[in-house]
Amino acid sequence: MSERYEPPVTDVSAPFWDATREKRLTIQRCADCERWIWYPRSACTGCLGEDLRWTDVAGAGSVYAVSIHHRPGVAEMNDRVPYAVALVELQEGVRMLTNVVDCDPESVQIGQQVSVAWEALSDGRNLPVFVRAR
Amino acid sequence: MAREALADAGLALSDVDGIFSCTGGTLMHSVELAEYLGIQPRWTDSTNTGGSAFEVHVEHAAAAIHAGLCDVALVVYAGLPRSSRGGIGALVTGPRAEWELPYGILLPTGAYALAASRHMAQYGTRAEHLAQIAVSTREWAARNPRARLQKPLTLDEAMSSPVIASPLRKIDCCLVTDGAGAIVMTSAERARDLRRPPIYVLGAATSHSHSSIMQMPDLTETCGVESGSRAFAMAGVQPADVDVAELYDSFTITVLLALEDLGFCKKGEGGEFVASGALDPGGALPAQTSGGGLCYTHPGMFGIFLLVEAVRQLRGECGPRQVEGARVAVAHGCGGVLSATSTVVLGTGETL
Repeated sequence: MSERYEPPVTDVSAPFWDATREKRLTIQRCADCERWIWYPRSACTGCLGEDLRWTDVAGAGSVYAVSIHHRPGVAEMNDRVPYAVALVELQEGVRMLTNVVDCDPESVQIGQQVSVAWEALSDGRNLPVFVRAR
Repeated sequence: MAREALADAGLALSDVDGIFSCTGGTLMHSVELAEYLGIQPRWTDSTNTGGSAFEVHVEHAAAAIHAGLCDVALVVYAGLPRSSRGGIGALVTGPRAEWELPYGILLPTGAYALAASRHMAQYGTRAEHLAQIAVSTREWAARNPRARLQKPLTLDEAMSSPVIASPLRKIDCCLVTDGAGAIVMTSAERARDLRRPPIYVLGAATSHSHSSIMQMPDLTETCGVESGSRAFAMAGVQPADVDVAELYDSFTITVLLALEDLGFCKKGEGGEFVASGALDPGGALPAQTSGGGLCYTHPGMFGIFLLVEAVRQLRGECGPRQVEGARVAVAHGCGGVLSATSTVVLGTGETL
């Protein structure tokens, strides 16, 4: 399979991507109001607080919405069609856009339990994807 | 388009003192357009909320005119996405490149597909319901000689259309065309003496809830709930009073959610509502009477065409697709990925 579209890194998101090198899923949490924040920001979306703590999470969640793509959204996915694009709601309540992999994409259903898995990027980072929970 | 709209209104370019535009592809839309036309305005507005921008422009123009900050507003859109094959460049914001594109989501279609999947799981909506919206819209397009797709479509044909991003098929997606539109607005007092019977803005409201589909609070409900209820309240009308609905139809699911969110049917019942043929010519709620973005035209943004068609219906200019006796119309724009809605309620002089 071809390599993934390479996600850029920003100053704000660098700790997230660094953690993926060790296959850790880490998400910001506001120290003031305890809100979980996805995607990474420089301020809390609840209180504008700046003390956002990177917190490792288990990477367990459920499929909130899914679309089997028969037409790829980026050229890097040309040889993967059809594939499952999903919104996964983590136990912490945030929703990540992702792929559910290692299964027949048509078998992916809303409500199924999933857990994080990792796909290597070319620079040593890993991209979080999800697999059906066993 | 600006020339045609001004001629229709019986006004000259020199009367225009408010300019409203957003073309998506440039930096300072209203500044560039004003220069091109030779206007030095006293009110300028380049607000870009995607496809709903032109409903926002009408809301803003009404407020500016009401406040005496401009007298004659010109709202213009032109887009050439079919000729330029522009792709999704404008949709690729920083967060999208980092958190969405690695997963190959097809934008914007994939985001709407996710919403459709959620609505189906939560409310039992079926692909046939979405397809019926395309079928009903095609019926209207067959009555519009300018529509790109005029050949009638059966439900069976619609259901055999190829899946692009499930549950959405090709027929669930709008066209990519070139096109343009323009609107002239002025005060009710000044409009009274102009060459055409005026159509009045009875109410208008806007809201937005997210930019990325990851951040949409509930994929089965848009902020049309908010913009719709405020626009109806301002207009003093109920959904049942609406004779013609021009709902943004970037995708069939966009229409289904708007029907529920604006209160034309209950949340979760949009599928049954459209299956009844409500949106057909002669149906309970004539909607997308031009053939919409699905079948008439969709040059990147469709919002201005909703307003133009609503005005034409209220003026009784629509020939074979005319909704007889139409007095109240709604133009409901939806931009981004179900992100930004703006609802404009329009009426004839009788409704004042």
